[in-house]
Amino acid sequence: MSNEVSPPVPLVAAPSTARMGRFAEFWFYFSVNKGAVIGLTVLAFLVLVAVLGPLIAPHAPYEQYREALLTPPAWQEGGNSNFLLGTDAVGRDLLSRLIYGARFSLFIGLIVVAISMVTGVILGVLAGYFRGWVDALIMRIMDIILAFPPLLLALVLVAILGPGLFNAMIAIALVLQPHFARLTRAAVMSEKNREYVIAAKLAGAGHIRLMFKTILPNCLAPLIVQGTLSFSNAILEAAALGFLGMGAQPPTPEWGTMLAEAREFILRAWWVVTFPGLAILITVLAINLVGDGLRDALDPKLKRS
Amino acid sequence: MSEIVLEGRNIVRDYHVAGGLFGKAKTVRAVKGVSFTLEKGKTLAIVGESGCGKSTLGRILTLIDPQSEGELLIDGKPINIAKDRVTPEMRRKVQIIFQNPYGSLNPRQKIGEVLGEPLLLNTNKTAAERRELAMQMLVKVGLGPEHYNRYPHMFSGGQRQRIAIARALMLSPSLLVLDEPVSALDLSVQAQVLNLLADLQDEFNLTYVFISHDLSVVRYIADEVMVMYYGEVVEYGTREEVFSNPQHSYTKTLFAATPKSDVASIKARLEKKKAAA
Repeated sequence: MSNEVSPPVPLVAAPSTARMGRFAEFWFYFSVNKGAVIGLTVLAFLVLVAVLGPLIAPHAPYEQYREALLTPPAWQEGGNSNFLLGTDAVGRDLLSRLIYGARFSLFIGLIVVAISMVTGVILGVLAGYFRGWVDALIMRIMDIILAFPPLLLALVLVAILGPGLFNAMIAIALVLQPHFARLTRAAVMSEKNREYVIAAKLAGAGHIRLMFKTILPNCLAPLIVQGTLSFSNAILEAAALGFLGMGAQPPTPEWGTMLAEAREFILRAWWVVTFPGLAILITVLAINLVGDGLRDALDPKLKRS
Repeated sequence: MSEIVLEGRNIVRDYHVAGGLFGKAKTVRAVKGVSFTLEKGKTLAIVGESGCGKSTLGRILTLIDPQSEGELLIDGKPINIAKDRVTPEMRRKVQIIFQNPYGSLNPRQKIGEVLGEPLLLNTNKTAAERRELAMQMLVKVGLGPEHYNRYPHMFSGGQRQRIAIARALMLSPSLLVLDEPVSALDLSVQAQVLNLLADLQDEFNLTYVFISHDLSVVRYIADEVMVMYYGEVVEYGTREEVFSNPQHSYTKTLFAATPKSDVASIKARLEKKKAAA
């Protein structure tokens, strides 16, 4: 009996070392993926820029410099070192608008993921836990949502709700939410019949406790991955809606809206289109790389031992 | 005659297999009318091959699944979970220990929470009391208070099974269903866990229903033995009766199938081989 019991460890040290150990293990698998580390660095930089926006932006985002319309970037002929990335058609500094735009994009991603994850997870848990008609009802509704092209559905929703950034976010959240529901349902179904769930039931746990306290924490890994990938999706769709004039309304410095405003100058002033586009590209790419890295690190099936 | 804790009268369990587009719906009768009585402090072993219905019976006894027909009496009170809700008092009387100690503990729950959960849900003890009781129980099953704050993945199979036993005992049940509690453990740990179970039975005057296919384990722990074959009880009696004088042909086959490793039987087997060649 005694040979089985490991040597005593101080009571307080145990939980923190366990958490540290788990984080160290996570970091080990995450850092193997170089792209993910690069993505994380870029993302951290973007967050920093967004947070410090008002401090580092050289100009106010709405300030119009009438004497400097469509100034090219500083390194080009006719450029002005006052406007590093040039100005747009009404003389607003592009760099400052991009910096403020980062705030919008990250905010959109955060809110959309929060809304769609919460509703999707709750619906998915209900469907996977109760099965039967609850499952059928919820999943058929999800199937119907998934049957629409996502952008089209978002467009229709915004048309109903009225254009605007907030309505666009709700519409995108609704479009992205079935993915969470499906993923959660599948994970809950596989966990539900595990013995520890039966044991918790025998200990007297009710439905709510079983669903959200016992089962859900064990289904989180795929949801975190889906969350990051949806984050970039949300930014893209918000930009697309903005470009179509259904998302953020001008003069909001939202990247998609900036693209839409710049459409007519594509041939004359390449920078007004290129930089917002690049910003979207880089952000989405970075988040997707992080998402891939998270999947590698959190999915036990992909772990190399 | 001491009091009877558990009684089954003609318990039947049917599984309905829904018919698909081309198949007809079928009913599989997994347990075909099992009757038995079990006195307080005794151990009933249920033996049989895989798929003979012994685990199904175990799940019925633990109030996980309802019986299709027949009566189940715990402490003399009839109970049918298909009809009425399981009261906390009933829950408290019966607990189960599963075969696989790796699946029966929630990987995200610390041992302290694992042990405290039954108390949290069924009693109104304070956090400090729950913690105290959990610590005591850890010591009783041969672990230490220092394990309170650890996660299940930090324990070996034998230690996890001890934790599962501790959890089952937290509500001081009178009846414990052990669903092959040692078959996932290696031999030396098996003996430790069996000894622990025997000690706890003496200490708390527990009644065990021991589901197993391992006859040597059954011989060690059982007072009464029930042999099941295709959902039916083919042999039911005290350990001595069943082991010394098996009546049913299946029981005899089962005993014959137990590997023998003593020198005489090995020699006999070699002789037979030689004779056949």
